[in-house]
Amino acid sequence: MSQVFQNIVCKFCGCLCDDITIEVEDARIKKVKKACVSGRGYFLDYDPSDVKPMIDGQEVEWDEAIAAAVDILDRADSPLIYGLSSTSSEGQRKAAKLADRIGATIDSTSSVCHFPTSQAFQAVGEATCTLGEVKDRADLMVFWGCNPMIAHPRHFARYSANAKGMLTKNGRKDRTVVVVDVRPTKTSKLADHFLQIKPGTDYEVMTTLRALIHGKKIGKGVEGVDMQQVEQLADLMKSCRYGVTFFGMGLTMSPGRAYNIAELFTLVAELNKFTRFSAMPMRGHGNVAGADQVLAWLSGYPTAVSMACGVPKMGPGEFTSVDMLANKEADAALIIASNPAAHFPQAAVKHLKSIPSIHIAPAGECLPDIANVILPTACCGIDAPGTAYRMDNVPLRLQTVMPNIRPTDEEILSRIIKAVKQ
Amino acid sequence: MKNKYTLITGRTKKQTDGLHKGACSPDHVNATSFVEIGPDDMAQLEITEGQIIKLLSSAGIVELPVQAGDLPVGLLFMPMGPTANKLVGAETFGTGMPSFKGLQVEVEIV
Amino acid sequence: MIGIKGGTVYDPLKGVEGHVQDLWIKNGKVVSPEDVDKNAAQIIDASGKIIMPGGVDIHSHIAGAKVNSGRKLCPEDSLRLLRPREKNARSGSGYTVPSTHLTGYLYSEMGYTTVMEAAAAPLVARHTHEELEDIPNLDKGIFITMGNNHFIMKCIRDGEYNKARDYVGWLIKATKGFAIKIVNPGGLENWKYGKNVHSLDDEVIGFGVTPRQILTTLGKINQELKLPHPIHVHGLALGRTGNVDTTIETMALMDEFNAHFCHVQFMGYDGQYGKFPRSGAQKLARFINERSGITVDVGQIIFGPATTMTSDGPAQFSLHSKVGGKWVNDDLESESGGGIVPLTFKCNNPLHGIMWLTGLETFLLVDDPWKVYLTTDHPNAGPFLGYPEVIRLLMDKEYRNQEFEKLHPKAKKNALLPALEREYTLDEIAIITRSGPAQRLGLKNKGHLGMGADADITIYSPKNNKEEMFAHPAWVIKDGEVVVIDGKMVLEQPGRTLYANPKYDSAIEDDIRAHFAESYTIAFDNYPIQTEHIGLCEKIDCE
Repeated sequence: MSQVFQNIVCKFCGCLCDDITIEVEDARIKKVKKACVSGRGYFLDYDPSDVKPMIDGQEVEWDEAIAAAVDILDRADSPLIYGLSSTSSEGQRKAAKLADRIGATIDSTSSVCHFPTSQAFQAVGEATCTLGEVKDRADLMVFWGCNPMIAHPRHFARYSANAKGMLTKNGRKDRTVVVVDVRPTKTSKLADHFLQIKPGTDYEVMTTLRALIHGKKIGKGVEGVDMQQVEQLADLMKSCRYGVTFFGMGLTMSPGRAYNIAELFTLVAELNKFTRFSAMPMRGHGNVAGADQVLAWLSGYPTAVSMACGVPKMGPGEFTSVDMLANKEADAALIIASNPAAHFPQAAVKHLKSIPSIHIAPAGECLPDIANVILPTACCGIDAPGTAYRMDNVPLRLQTVMPNIRPTDEEILSRIIKAVKQ
Repeated sequence: MKNKYTLITGRTKKQTDGLHKGACSPDHVNATSFVEIGPDDMAQLEITEGQIIKLLSSAGIVELPVQAGDLPVGLLFMPMGPTANKLVGAETFGTGMPSFKGLQVEVEIV
Repeated sequence: MIGIKGGTVYDPLKGVEGHVQDLWIKNGKVVSPEDVDKNAAQIIDASGKIIMPGGVDIHSHIAGAKVNSGRKLCPEDSLRLLRPREKNARSGSGYTVPSTHLTGYLYSEMGYTTVMEAAAAPLVARHTHEELEDIPNLDKGIFITMGNNHFIMKCIRDGEYNKARDYVGWLIKATKGFAIKIVNPGGLENWKYGKNVHSLDDEVIGFGVTPRQILTTLGKINQELKLPHPIHVHGLALGRTGNVDTTIETMALMDEFNAHFCHVQFMGYDGQYGKFPRSGAQKLARFINERSGITVDVGQIIFGPATTMTSDGPAQFSLHSKVGGKWVNDDLESESGGGIVPLTFKCNNPLHGIMWLTGLETFLLVDDPWKVYLTTDHPNAGPFLGYPEVIRLLMDKEYRNQEFEKLHPKAKKNALLPALEREYTLDEIAIITRSGPAQRLGLKNKGHLGMGADADITIYSPKNNKEEMFAHPAWVIKDGEVVVIDGKMVLEQPGRTLYANPKYDSAIEDDIRAHFAESYTIAFDNYPIQTEHIGLCEKIDCE
C-alpha cells in the first residue's frame, strides 16, 4: 500500500523547497518528485529503522545511553554544544535550554558558514527581502562568491534567475544575471556577465563600486580585474528596478570575512538611494537560518554563545567551535544534527576525538569514530515534525511522511535536560 | 620543486551528494580527495592529469591526484572535506572562521 | 485558592474607585467568597496596598521576525541588561529588545499580564508564534498586517468586497491572529519601487487603489467579521512634520469604524513639512475629544536608548537617511515590509524634546482616559521598562515640570506643557494601563476584577514616587498563581496565545489557492498555522 504526500518540505539546503512529492511504501520512500539530486538522495536514502544507541561502539539500550550522555555533561567543566542546523527549531530551542542549564557554549554550523554575515549585520545592518520579492521584482541578480548550480540547484528555477513573477513575466529574459567569482563555475556559465576577480580582492571591488555609484572617478583600479566590467556592473546596479545580491562562502571564508560582507551590505544600503536593492546570504543547511533565529531570541546572539558565566556572552574567535576545540577549551562535546568531522580543520577534529562526546543525529549520519555516545534519532522532515527557516527567514512546517520508530531530537534532548545537574 | 599557490576549497556536486550519506564514508572521502589546477599552471609545473602531487600548508601535508580545472594562474581548487581540512589550519584570526578559502599552499612534485 | 484581604481596589470597568475590598481567587478566576474554602486558601494581607487588574499592553513589539532582527542587530543592547540564569529561570539579555524569557519576566515583574504583539506579516506569523511560546507569564495576541496585502488590494481594484472579507476571515484563522493591523496602507507596496504614499488618495503602484480605499475596506471588514478588537491603524506620514493634519483626516475617515490609532505621538507633529516641528497634541486632542469612535495609544518617548522597528519600511529608510548608522530593511512578498534603526533619544536634542512633549501633551489634553492608552510603541519610542516613569510624569506635575526644564530651549519655546495642571489619578492610570486597553481589545475576562475575570491581579505598595511604586509591585498574580513578589519573579508559567475565530465563506480558498500559485514562493497547503503548533492558546469566537 503506497501513500503519496504533496508539498513536502525538503530541508537539505537553505532553499527549503516545499513542493516535493513523496511516495512511501512499506515505510520506505520509493519515489521523489521535483527535488534536486541532493534532495532526492536525502529522501530516497533514508532508513527509519530501529537503530540502537551506542556507547564506545557497543550497542546499548536507550536508558543507558542517555545516562552516559548525562554523565559526560555532568562531568564537564566546559561543554560545547555544536551543530543544530539540520534539526527543527523545536530541537534547537531544547539545545539552547540545555546549554543554559549546564553553562555550556552553544554554536551552530553558522560558525563555519555565515557567522561572518551575522557579524557584518551587527555592524551595519542589511537591506534584504524574501525570495518571492526576488521572483516578482528583481531584474538584476548578482551572485557573488556563491555557486547555486552546485549548492542550491533549484534556486534559479524556483526563486531567482528563471522564476516568473509579477513584474518578470518573461522569467530569465526579464533579468540580467551577473556572477562575481575567482574562477569560472557552473553558475558563471549561465550568467550574462561574469566578473572574474583575483582571490582576496572582493573588498576592494566593492569599495570601488561604492565609489562609482557615487560618481567618483577611479584611478588605478583594482588589480586582477577588468575595470571596464566593474564600471559596467556599477551602471547595472544603479539603473536596475530592483536588484538583489546573493552571496556565499566566497565572501565569508575568504580573507576579510565579515568585513567583506559589511562592505557588501554598505554598498547595497547605499544603492537604495538610487533604486531598490537587497542582499541575501545563501544559507547552506536547511535550518541554519533557524538556528540563528532561535539562539538570537533566547540569548540575544545568533551563535558562538557561552552560558558559562550564567549570562549569555557572544565571542567570535573565542566561543566559536573551531576555536573552542583547537584551543582545547572544550572538555566535552554534544554534536547535534551536523558533522564537524567533515567540515572542521584537522586540529579541531583531533581535539574533538580526544574529549568525551555525544552525537545526536539521524542514524546513518552518526560518527562512531568521533563520538563516545551515539544517540540515533528520527529525521526532522521525514519521520519527525518541526519548524524550519528558509534562507530568507520564512518559517515552514516540516511534515512527516512516515511515523517515527526512533525517538526525535526533541525527545532525547528533553530527557537529557531533565536528568543533568544544574 | 616548491611553488606558492592560493587554495580555495568549495562545494562540488559529488561532494554535496555524498554528504548526507555520511561525510566520512569512503564514497565521500574519495569524491573529495583531488586538486584542480589550471592549464597554465599544469604546463608550468609540467604535470599531467592523474599525477600525484603534494600540497603543503602551515597546518599539514596531503598527497593527492591532479585534475585539470578551469582556473586562473596561481589558484588551486579542492572540494571541501576531510582531506582539504588537513591543510586548513585552525587559526580563525578571532573570527571563528578558518581559512577555507584563500589558503596559501605550496606544491611539491612527488 | 487565594484570598487578597483589605486592599484598596481600583477596578474602573466595575466602577470601583479606591474602595477597600477583599478578592477571592479559585481555579485561575476571580470568584465570590462563598466559593472559596477560606481555611485552605493562601491569604495575602493587602491592607494599605493598591490593587489593580494586571496590566494590559495594547501595542508592543515583543516577538517575531522584525523583533528578532532587532536583537541580532544590536549586541550592544544585550550588554545593557543581562539577566543571569537561576534554578528556575532562564538567562537573558537585552534592554530595548530583551530576549524572549526576559521579556516575560520583566513585563511580569512590572505588573503586566497581557501584551499584544502589534505587527506580524502573515507569511512569518509562524515565527511570531514560536517566540510567543517562549515568553512566559503573559497572555498574548498577534495583530496581522494587511494594509499592503496583494490579494486584498486586487479585490478592492476589482470591486470584490465579499472576497476581500472572506479572505481576511481566512487569513486571521490561517495565522491564528487576533486583530487586523494596517501599517502605512499602500506605502509599503510603493516603497518596493522606492516611493511612498503621502495622502489618502495617492495611488498604490501596480494596483490603482488608494490608502483611503484600503482603510475603509478593512475597517468595514473588521466590523462585519465581528473581530474582538476594532481596526488598528498606523497611518500615513509617520515622523513627518505636519503629519497631524493627515492623522486627523484619517481619523475622521475611520471614525465610523471606531478605529484605534496607534502611537499617535509619532503621527502628531504640527508645522510645515521641511521645517522644525511643533507638538500637534492640541489639534489631535481636540479632535479625539469631539469624536466618540476613535481611541489612541500614545507611544511616549522615553529618553535613552530605543530600537525603532516598524513595518513602515519607507519611514525607516527616511530615518536612516537622516541619522545614519545601522539600518535593516526587509521586503516581504505580496504582503508587507519593515525597517529597523537603533536610536538614542536625548533630552537636550530639540527634536526629541518636541516628540516627548507631543506624547505627554496628548495624554494631558485628551479628556477621557478611556480613549488614550499608555504605550511607548515598545521599543520604538523607548522600552516598556519606561512605563512607570510615564506614570510618574502624568501623576506628578512637579516632577513633570522638573523634567521639562531639562529640554533644549528650542523645544521648550512656546510649549504648552508647563501650563497643563492636570495630574492623573490612580483611577485614571488604571484605565490607561489596563481597563481601557482590555475593553478595547474585546477581552471580556481581562482588565477588571469582577466575578469570572481571569485572576490577573497586581498589588502595589503605595509610594510618593509613582515610578518606584509602579516599577516594583508587591505581588503579581497570573491565572490565580503568585508569579511575582516584591518586584521579583517567583514562578514562571506559560501564557496563552489568544486568537480570533471569525466566520467566513470557505469557498474563498479556491481563489486563495490560485493566488498562491501565482504570487507566493510557498505552497498554499503549507501556509496555515495549526493550533497544535502554537503552544497554549485560547480561541475567541467572533459573534
